[in-house]
Amino acid sequence: MNTVRVPATIAEGYLESLLAGQPRLPASPLAWLNKLRADAVDRVGVLTVPTLRDEEWRFTDISPLTKLSFHPASEPARLHPADIERFYIEEANTRLVFVDGVYAPQLSSVAADGVVVANLGAAATDRAIAAHLGQHATFHDNVFAALNTAFLHDAALIMVPHNMTAGAPVHLLFIATQREAASYPRCLLLAESGSAVTLIEDYVALQEAAYFTNAVTEIALADNARVDHIRVQREGAQAFHIANCAVSLARASRYHSVSVALGARISRYDLNVLQTAEGTQCTVDGLALIANNQLADTHTCIDHAQPHGVSRQQHKCIVGGSAHAVFNGKIMVRPGAQRTDSSQASHNLLLSGSAHVDTKPQLEIFADDVKCTHGATVGQLDSEEVFYLRSRGLSESAARNMLTYAFGAEIIERIPVASLRHRLAQTVLQQTTIQP
Amino acid sequence: MIYRDSKTILEVRGLRASVDGVEILKGLDLTVKSGEVHAIMGPNGSGKSTFSKVLAGHSAYEVTGGSVLFEGRNLFELVPEERARAGVFLAFQYPIEIPGVANSQFLRLTYNTVQAQRGRDELDPLEFDDFVREKMKLLEMNPDFLERSVNEGFSGGEKKRNEILQMALLEPRLAILDETDSGLDIDALRIVSNGVNHLANKDNAMVLVTHYQRLLNYIVPDYVHVMEAGRIIKTGGKELALELETRGYDWVSAERKAAMEVAA
Repeated sequence: MNTVRVPATIAEGYLESLLAGQPRLPASPLAWLNKLRADAVDRVGVLTVPTLRDEEWRFTDISPLTKLSFHPASEPARLHPADIERFYIEEANTRLVFVDGVYAPQLSSVAADGVVVANLGAAATDRAIAAHLGQHATFHDNVFAALNTAFLHDAALIMVPHNMTAGAPVHLLFIATQREAASYPRCLLLAESGSAVTLIEDYVALQEAAYFTNAVTEIALADNARVDHIRVQREGAQAFHIANCAVSLARASRYHSVSVALGARISRYDLNVLQTAEGTQCTVDGLALIANNQLADTHTCIDHAQPHGVSRQQHKCIVGGSAHAVFNGKIMVRPGAQRTDSSQASHNLLLSGSAHVDTKPQLEIFADDVKCTHGATVGQLDSEEVFYLRSRGLSESAARNMLTYAFGAEIIERIPVASLRHRLAQTVLQQTTIQP
Repeated sequence: MIYRDSKTILEVRGLRASVDGVEILKGLDLTVKSGEVHAIMGPNGSGKSTFSKVLAGHSAYEVTGGSVLFEGRNLFELVPEERARAGVFLAFQYPIEIPGVANSQFLRLTYNTVQAQRGRDELDPLEFDDFVREKMKLLEMNPDFLERSVNEGFSGGEKKRNEILQMALLEPRLAILDETDSGLDIDALRIVSNGVNHLANKDNAMVLVTHYQRLLNYIVPDYVHVMEAGRIIKTGGKELALELETRGYDWVSAERKAAMEVAA
């Protein structure tokens, strides 16, 4: 990242204030974890908050974030299952719940089906964790990943043993309950060779005032592993949500992700997929559905570092009100990554005259025997389609809703969990109803 | 069929309409009564499709003069969905494809919307499924069409059958079929025509807009109207269509010019 230093008074003071609660974090019995945190704290001291002058942030003004002060979440309110049952996903037999970033064992349930699912505090003795945690989502150039790592304490750990196919999805539920609190959700998924699992990463809120979620997820697929990764960001209306996800693909592994961004005042999701061996497949789908004054930014990078990689990407934005969507999709094909087969599409629907989208496909190809396609469209609802539906008796708003829904449904339908798919389909229908 | 005590469904007087400031309809008159089947024929550009779209309420067509009464009500006071609910149905020449919306979902939503507006019971998904499958038999449609996206990837014939299926579900008082025969092979034409004939009864009326006589071998009209330059210039029985087929449209306008010269 090309970091331009901003006046020290604002940005550095801001990061210091965010770090203020960090020394209160109890030391871990694990020396490597304490070192990782300390390194991250040091790095926060060097990095700055990105501004519009940073190429990677030039469409996304996060200055509203720095105008508010956030403190680390205090002891979270004790929630009862009845408070959060509506977020449960019936297919998932394992659910880890984190309240303001703090693990809530009384709300969590772990099935004894062979998949190891635990909070970092409980299971951090596994050497595999030390080899992966903080190694994929590196924080050297990323101030938000550094902040998250500085506060690394509770974290969702999922390990799927060799050749095991998880029978049911694993649901990670991150619940925000405190205003002006900063929380640092963390997740590490290790899919061992030949294993298969579906992970649902779900961000919700029980309050509507401003807060800050700064999440990091790391996913490592060993040879022939398969991961379906569903990410639902349905934060509160005034939330700031910044998340980094790093995925590492070993030989012949298959990664499929569907990320849906519905909530937050300002959200930013960076997904980096690195192909570390030959013959990998990844499918990266995304939908942002935003209105009012929301801003949703999705930055993805699919790094074809090895030959015979296949990637498919479809990203859609539905933008109403005076909302602003950003998509930056980088496809990197490194020298020697021959026979790479990559396609990317970015389709955007503007529902109002003041809605705004910036979409930027970014192909960097350094191999010569590759197939890479990309395309981007920005449009409004088709008036002929609206007329067709009205001529069948549907009101204008019902017609527009149906067409808007249809636009988003293509992504929603790719979610391999039926109840979540149906719930999100309903959300899309309801959210389009309130568009101006 | 012409009935003695039929009610007037559509009364068009001196209708004028423009698209992008260009006047297309220039004083069109037409009366349609219940039970009747009317064919409107004419060369390309005579305004046939414009007339269809104006009746359905397409916003790109601006009505600049005249009146249209639908069952005694001023049609232009109704927005398109109100017209549909009141019983006006347009079968599109080019049905719109809607990727992402299952045909079953679309058909049920339109059916239930119109039923509710007419004060009738709505059907839940299971009841509707039985109901629509019965209607589909009439059009020899495979039930697979329910699961596919609306018109997406349908052949020309499949799209037109889907239009007539909607007509069967919505039970309009006035159905306007805009070039429903275009793009149909002979089997599809027979199936679509059978469907329309089956749906025609003494309480509703059909207006067939067509360029060719072919459709009228299957759906026999009570009246044939010839349109030219935005007006109906000649009206006759079903035999007029055959005459147009053999002699073309030019003789009608030649005859009309001659008549006007005599009158002058």
